[in-house]
Amino acid sequence: MKKILAVDDSASMRQMVGFTLKKAGFDVTEAKDGSEALAIAKQQGFDAVISDINMPVMDGITLIRELRSLPNYKFTPLLMLTTESGLDKKTEGKAAGATGWIVKPFNPEQLLAVLKKVIR
Amino acid sequence: MSIDLSQFFEVFFEESFEGLDVMEAELLNLEPGTEDSETINTIFRAAHSIKGGSGTFGFTSVSDFTHVLETLLDQIRDGQRQLTAEHVNLLLKSVDCLRALLSALQVEQTPDLGDANDLRQRFEVILGMSEGSESQNIQETVQVESESTFQIDFKPHPHLFKTGNEPLYMISELLELGELETNVFYDAIPDFENLSPDECFLSWRFFLTTARSESAIKEIFEWVEDDAHIEITVCGGLFESEGRSGINLTEDSSSANAAVSVSSSSPATKAATSAKKVETKKPAEQSTTSIRVGIDKVDSLINMVGELVITQAMLSQIGEQEISETTITSLQEGLAQLAHNTRDLQENVMRIRMLPISFVFSRFPRLVRDISQKLNKQVELKLAGEQTELDKTVMEKISDPMVHLVRNSLDHGLETPEERVAAGKDPVGIVTLNAFHQGGNIVIEIMDDGQGLNTQRIKEKAIANGLVQPEDELTADEINELIFMPGFSTADEVSDISGRGVGMDVVRRNIQALNGSVEVSSAPGVGSTFTIRLPLTLAILDGQLVKVAQHTYIIPLISIVESLQIDITKVSRVGKDLDVLRLRDEYIPILRLYDIFTHQGAIEELDKTLLVVVESDNHKVGLLVDDLLAQQQVVIKSLEANYQKVDGISGATILGDGRVSLIIDISGLIKLSGLKRPGSQELLVEAKAIEVA
Repeated sequence: MKKILAVDDSASMRQMVGFTLKKAGFDVTEAKDGSEALAIAKQQGFDAVISDINMPVMDGITLIRELRSLPNYKFTPLLMLTTESGLDKKTEGKAAGATGWIVKPFNPEQLLAVLKKVIR
Repeated sequence: MSIDLSQFFEVFFEESFEGLDVMEAELLNLEPGTEDSETINTIFRAAHSIKGGSGTFGFTSVSDFTHVLETLLDQIRDGQRQLTAEHVNLLLKSVDCLRALLSALQVEQTPDLGDANDLRQRFEVILGMSEGSESQNIQETVQVESESTFQIDFKPHPHLFKTGNEPLYMISELLELGELETNVFYDAIPDFENLSPDECFLSWRFFLTTARSESAIKEIFEWVEDDAHIEITVCGGLFESEGRSGINLTEDSSSANAAVSVSSSSPATKAATSAKKVETKKPAEQSTTSIRVGIDKVDSLINMVGELVITQAMLSQIGEQEISETTITSLQEGLAQLAHNTRDLQENVMRIRMLPISFVFSRFPRLVRDISQKLNKQVELKLAGEQTELDKTVMEKISDPMVHLVRNSLDHGLETPEERVAAGKDPVGIVTLNAFHQGGNIVIEIMDDGQGLNTQRIKEKAIANGLVQPEDELTADEINELIFMPGFSTADEVSDISGRGVGMDVVRRNIQALNGSVEVSSAPGVGSTFTIRLPLTLAILDGQLVKVAQHTYIIPLISIVESLQIDITKVSRVGKDLDVLRLRDEYIPILRLYDIFTHQGAIEELDKTLLVVVESDNHKVGLLVDDLLAQQQVVIKSLEANYQKVDGISGATILGDGRVSLIIDISGLIKLSGLKRPGSQELLVEAKAIEVA
């Protein structure tokens, strides 16, 4: 079973993403901010990480930069959740090492469709 | 796979309301010009989360409105715009507006968008936006009906793998679009010695025959635009006549917009269906109110259920054995255990209803800000004891009376800055809200440092209203009491703030309906204090169990200062029968609990017992006990309701073993022992004198 780390400070988004992925057969771990996610990611491996950008303590861009610098996450798909207004965030995220992005708002079907681009 | 999004609504509403509370609190902290980036960031994040969630869950009215808010906050955050007082006011209004929108949506009503649209326009004026620039993106161009063939050149940069992208999956995606011919070029692969396994040396040329448009192809390569050379050309089918119209993807950003428009369509239809649902459902039935419960409380519940299961397993095991004397004994033990577990569980479930009073206090900063602006007064609000726990039902009912009292303090209590300066005070008035447990009560104090009650005017008014006779001799306290009489209002003119025809008599009545009381004390020129006392039939108390003779008493942990063995050489007897212990620089009167509660058989020698030093109303006394037992949380049961009031006892509780234990009311006990009687202070002075001699 493929393991995914879902990071969002909003409980409802986290639940929605987590529930959708679990239903699709993924093993999902949730984290509420970048620093919690980083700690979890260092303890265990994941096949993909999906992270919100605006979060307290550690934001998504920093998380992606930190993860990409870890040997275990050199090739791991790291996706960020952005809003349509965040075009420059996409560039910033890519520079930090993000694989791609999912544009908010999205529904469960769209999330799974996008995920197919990097994990199967 | 279809997923019903409505299962996440409750969490979304919950966290959105929480986010709004955060926004409000942070906004109130903001002083334009001195704002720090973290505060702005916190506000931005709250707005951003609400926008993201509402968009995802189909509440477009909320997400549209939040969008302008977010844009403004983003600009302030990035330093493009200076925060002004107007912004803060508008943002605060938006918080109210969002709260109203969300509340309506929560009970599945169609929200009133009037305020939202007004506010939105004002934001747009500030932002200088002409509407609709962002949200109305181009619909995906009409599907190309007939098939065409695209030539796609895809030459990844060597670092592609390090972005986490995988060409294989992209090819699979292409395959899903139509018929695919793949040519791979591997001539760039270096010698084995120079081969870096991390890098991508392959490149591809695809010929895709598909009915889908070019943007569908671009979408597949969207994430690697900057990490590869991509060229898509039409080489057959409908557009064949145009020949090779090379389009370089990297210079074309419309693909991103296409993705946006797709994603917004589905929530919109969801919103439409949920709007329809509204009419069939009965409005305003907010059926699922929820409370937030600390994880420690839940953990302890789970723990207890675990113990319950163990006990149950134990009992059923006994049930399977043959009945003998030993099984009967263990059966009895098991049943006792079960009773214990059940009681624990029951008590802990009740604890869940207890919430910190900060839930009520948190609405006051905003209230005070708004009112003081209206009144042109400068007010600082201080909160204390916010963690004091209170039953949820009591909490809901105490809020309105408190609002009334605070309004009253601001309106009538505090003076204008000019008056304050003239009276030699700081121009900024202080209103303090304080809460604490006292005995079986929760006490809420509302204090202001204003002018105090004007006894002269109150009396005149009372005489005019026929409440008292001019010849009545009244003490200041008795006069102050008059403000709680029905039909009494001192405001010379009915003001917008507090004089709404609802008088203090209603406040008192509401509090009395909760079995509580409200009192006022006031000093001219210094301020007044309203004290609300509410009984807590459900209150939970952290208690220290102590042994006195054969009985177990409970001392509220919060009032215990320390517990110690008595050094007999430091004890002196003063007066007839009062022992006083010299403890560091203080003299602590020793109260013999067995004496007060008339128990036989307790240890009477001071050096063989323990002394629990407690404090109440700034009085320290030592309680003599035989032994200290466990510390535990106990549920207070009212003695008045089940028996009658007992002096020195605030309530009772049932211990784990089923026995009733009495909870000591420290201030009542001190009163009972006569230490507060006039003259008792002299005794302490006398003790000091003896010590010196």
